Formats: sequence, C-alpha cells, structure tokens
Amino acid sequence: MKGSVIKYQKDNIDTDVILPGPYLKIHDYNELAKHAMEGLDKDFHKKVKPGDFIVAGKNFGCGSSREHAPIALSYSGIKAVLAISFARIFYRNAVDGAFLLPIEIDENAYSDISEGDLLEIDTKKNEIQNITKNKIYKIKPFPELIGKIIEAGGLFNYKP
Amino acid sequence: MNITEKILARASGKSTVSPGDVVFVSVDKVMIHDVSGPGVIAVFEKLKKAGMKIDHIWDPQKVWVTEDHFVPAADKVSAQNVVLLTNFTKQFGITKHFKYGMGQYGICHTLSHEEAMVLPGEVYVGGDSHTNTTGAMGAFAAGLGHTDVAYVLLNGKIWFKVPETLYFKINGTLPSHVMAKDLILKIIGDIGTDGAAYKTMQFGGSGISEMSVEERLTLTNMTTEAGAKSGIIEPDQKTRDYLAERGVTKYNEVHGDPDARYEKIFEYEASELEPTVAKPFSPENISVARDLSSVELDKAYIGSCTGAKLEDLRAVAKILKGRQVKIRTEVLPAAISIFKKAMDEGLLKIFMDAGVVVGPPTCGACCGAHMGVLAKDEVCVSTTNRNFPGRMGHVESKTYLASPLVAAASAVTGKITDPRDLK
Repeated sequence: MKGSVIKYQKDNIDTDVILPGPYLKIHDYNELAKHAMEGLDKDFHKKVKPGDFIVAGKNFGCGSSREHAPIALSYSGIKAVLAISFARIFYRNAVDGAFLLPIEIDENAYSDISEGDLLEIDTKKNEIQNITKNKIYKIKPFPELIGKIIEAGGLFNYKP
Repeated sequence: MNITEKILARASGKSTVSPGDVVFVSVDKVMIHDVSGPGVIAVFEKLKKAGMKIDHIWDPQKVWVTEDHFVPAADKVSAQNVVLLTNFTKQFGITKHFKYGMGQYGICHTLSHEEAMVLPGEVYVGGDSHTNTTGAMGAFAAGLGHTDVAYVLLNGKIWFKVPETLYFKINGTLPSHVMAKDLILKIIGDIGTDGAAYKTMQFGGSGISEMSVEERLTLTNMTTEAGAKSGIIEPDQKTRDYLAERGVTKYNEVHGDPDARYEKIFEYEASELEPTVAKPFSPENISVARDLSSVELDKAYIGSCTGAKLEDLRAVAKILKGRQVKIRTEVLPAAISIFKKAMDEGLLKIFMDAGVVVGPPTCGACCGAHMGVLAKDEVCVSTTNRNFPGRMGHVESKTYLASPLVAAASAVTGKITDPRDLK
C-alpha cells in the first residue's frame, strides 16, 4: 500500500476535531468526508488525495465513540493513520468497519517522516518503506484477532 | 480475578480470563441513541446492499433506545433521524424507546441508572463513549462504534481484550466543598488523557463507600476522558438501595476475589482534595479553582450526563439560593424524572429566581451541536466532560470543566470561583 503523508505534529488529536459535533447528525459517508479534520485543519479537504496516509503522535482519535471519525477520513481518501498510539474506540472502529488501517509507529519513525513523504506500508513484513527518504521503519505487528479481522475485510466478514 | 475479569469470564463462558486475553462476550444490554442509532441503521443498509438478509435482531428485549443528542430536533436532518430511529425500533420490536416529549426521556447514560436499565454483573455496551458511566452500578460498561453495535444487535456478542485494571483507592470522606468531579479531574490531571488507555479504572476505598451512587457515576463517567475502556465500582448496600428505590431487587452481583490482581494501585486522601478545574483544551489540563480566579466568563452551563443529576442540581441550588447570576447560566436536568424531582424540591424556583434559564434534557450544547453553543472567543464554565477545541461551539471558544459547586459559584461572580470564596 503506497501513499503520501499528511502530517500533524500533535498528540491527542480528538474526535471533536476529526469530525466536529454538529455533523454527527449526518450519516451520508461522502457528505461526512467534506468535514474531515475541520476542527484542526480547514484545508484538509483541499490537500487530501485518494490513498494518502495521516501521520500523528500519541492517542490519535481520543474522545467520542463516533464512527463518523474514521468514516470521514476513509471517505476523504485516507487509507491508513500512522500514530504512536490510538484511542481504543477509534482503533476498533477503524478495524471492525474496515475503514482504514491504524498503524502504530515508534517515536523515531514519527519524527523522521515528513509531510509529503511517499511511503509504502507492508503489513506482511511489518515495515514501512519511506521511498522519499530511502529508509525502512519497523512497525508493531497487529494483534492476532485484529490481523484476522483486517484480512477478512471487517468484523462482519470475519468468522470466529 | 477482579470484578471486571470475573464478569468477562462469565460472559465468555470461561472459568478464568487474564488481562490481554481476547474473548467474545455475550452482551446483556445494548443502547443506541439518535446519533449512534442512525449510524447503526446505515451499517444495516450497507450489509443489506452487500446481500445480507436482516429481518430480525438478536433480542429486542435487551436493546433500549434514547433520543438525546439532537433533541428537541435541532433542524430537519435531526428530526428525520428521530423518525428513522422510531421506524427502526418499530420494525425490530424494540419496546424500550424513551421518546422526547412522551414522559420519561433524557440522556442515555442518565437513564441507564435512573431507570435501572443496567444491573450489577451485566455486560453493557452502548453506541456512545460515555457508556462507561454505568460501570458505577457494578457492571462492565463500555462504548462502541456503529459497526460494533450493529454486530451486537445481530449476534448478541462482541470481542473485547480483557483489560488491565488500575485501582483508585480513595481514603476518607470528601470535604463538603469538594465533589466527585473534582476528584476525577484531579485523577485525569495526574494520569493524563491516555493514562488509562485500553484499561479499566476501578474505584474503591472508604471514600467510595461513603460516596452516593450519583457521585460515583460522575467518576466512572469521566474514565472515558482518561482513555479507559471501562470504569467500575463494586456494588454495595448503596447500590442495592438505589436499585430497590427503582423497583429492582433481582440481579447477580459480582465481586472481585480477595487475591484480585490490579496493574497498579493509586491512593488519594479525600481531605487533601480541592475544587479543581480543567482548563482549555484538555480534561488533563487541570488547576485548582483558586488559581483561576481572574478568568472572566461569558456563560455557566450545568448539564449533561456528567453534571446534571439530581445531586448536581442540589449542589447548584445550595449556591444559587438567594443569589443572582452575573453571566448567562443554563441548567438542563439530565432526565425528565430529575427535572420533576428538582421541581418538587423547589430547586427550579431557586434557579429561576437567580436569573437562570432552565431547559429540557439534551446533550445539545455539551457536544457543540445546538441549544446554546458558544461563539468565537466566548468562555464557559461547564459541568460537562470535554473541553477539546470546538467541543461546545466555535473552535476558538473556551470551556473550563468544573464541579456543579464551582460552576454555580462562578455563575454568581462571573469569574472562576472556589465555592469557599463566595461571599
């Protein structure tokens, strides 16, 4: 999976900025996408391209249980969020709904990756290749069940 | 095993579980509201488009529904969502639907205890992050997204990783000017907004035994703000009395074993706690109220599942009795039953005599959706649970999270005020 990076040098990016409260009444996924990241970056919808990745710090997606958050990012074109850690509900919403890949990266990769870098994520080898910078970062493998749900294409396609 | 592990072991049909185990658990109760309900309906539609036949759900008796976020209908879209939700409950035979304007209704997490919807020992999931609240009744209670709730509605089960438990032991009785809100803000300030990520926060000790059920609910409510999967308190006589007052006496209490394991134990001396406020823009950004006495305010908000229970309103009334508010102040009881009790006790008269506007139960302004959102640069003291940028309105508005006592004292002075300093 190849894509370029939109980077937010920030911890605790919460669901209130990923998809602000007033839009919770919306359940049209393409409509939600228009408001993705509106509370943090008004230009997000202008710069995002299909296949892009978001890179951020600790506790990405903290706050509410709104599935609108991964939906809005996914329907904006975001294929993966690379963060040092994730808030639990955002993480399971992303995986169970098969909206995007939540990938845990280490501090070193976080500080090394820049806005616009072209990355290739390989979840089989558990590594990210930074094509722009010609570097490899190791990523933590998914826990067993998470890996199986991702492979199945979401919780509803997974057979326990 | 501790209480959480024992509940999850029982619900997954295992004799024992340990933190880190991934288990599919049978769910006892599930809640959806006017935001997560339409979200779940959208998932159902997606599944049907993909060829799945959905003509019934797992158990309509175990599902309950609230209208709270966008009621009274904020606009045409919100009104339509309530219609969608109503059609859904009719189609699938869900009878426990608390409808706005038809007797009891209110904020989902408030109804969960006020109506005894969730009982000790149960596994309860809800389509809302503050589902954790109800763990104060001795249940495992956790929030989920739409896909997961849809999965529960169709299968009656969901996966959980058995969490590690952080144990917060509170010694002694809280001073009269200190509320559970001050304690939980202090804890979040100490451990941070990801301090309990993926974990359970359990509260115990003499401070909890002494604490009322409603105050306990404030603690578990805001475990969400520390990133916790759930918050929990072992049931005791106060829990039993609370449920008995609501006509419920039969349930299977679960208690931790004497050798229960906790990842870490934190101790707090109740007598050392002070009125505490979380400054913008994070619940972990705390300060004692007295250090913020120069912060000028535009509004005081007393509402939400966190801060508009009956005892919260009583605390506000204690301050406002015979006084006038200096800034615009709103009190929105968290459920109609609480609204009525507040009326019967004369609290609403105290509020209105003080110049406060009293409104219907809604999540509206707490999540910045409607019913009194903040303008650019406006500053609010609020009994709610979050103060992220834009949470209660404009992205450049500011919210200070505080106890009902602090919020009321601040309403009187127009600045953040420790209730002890009110003349």
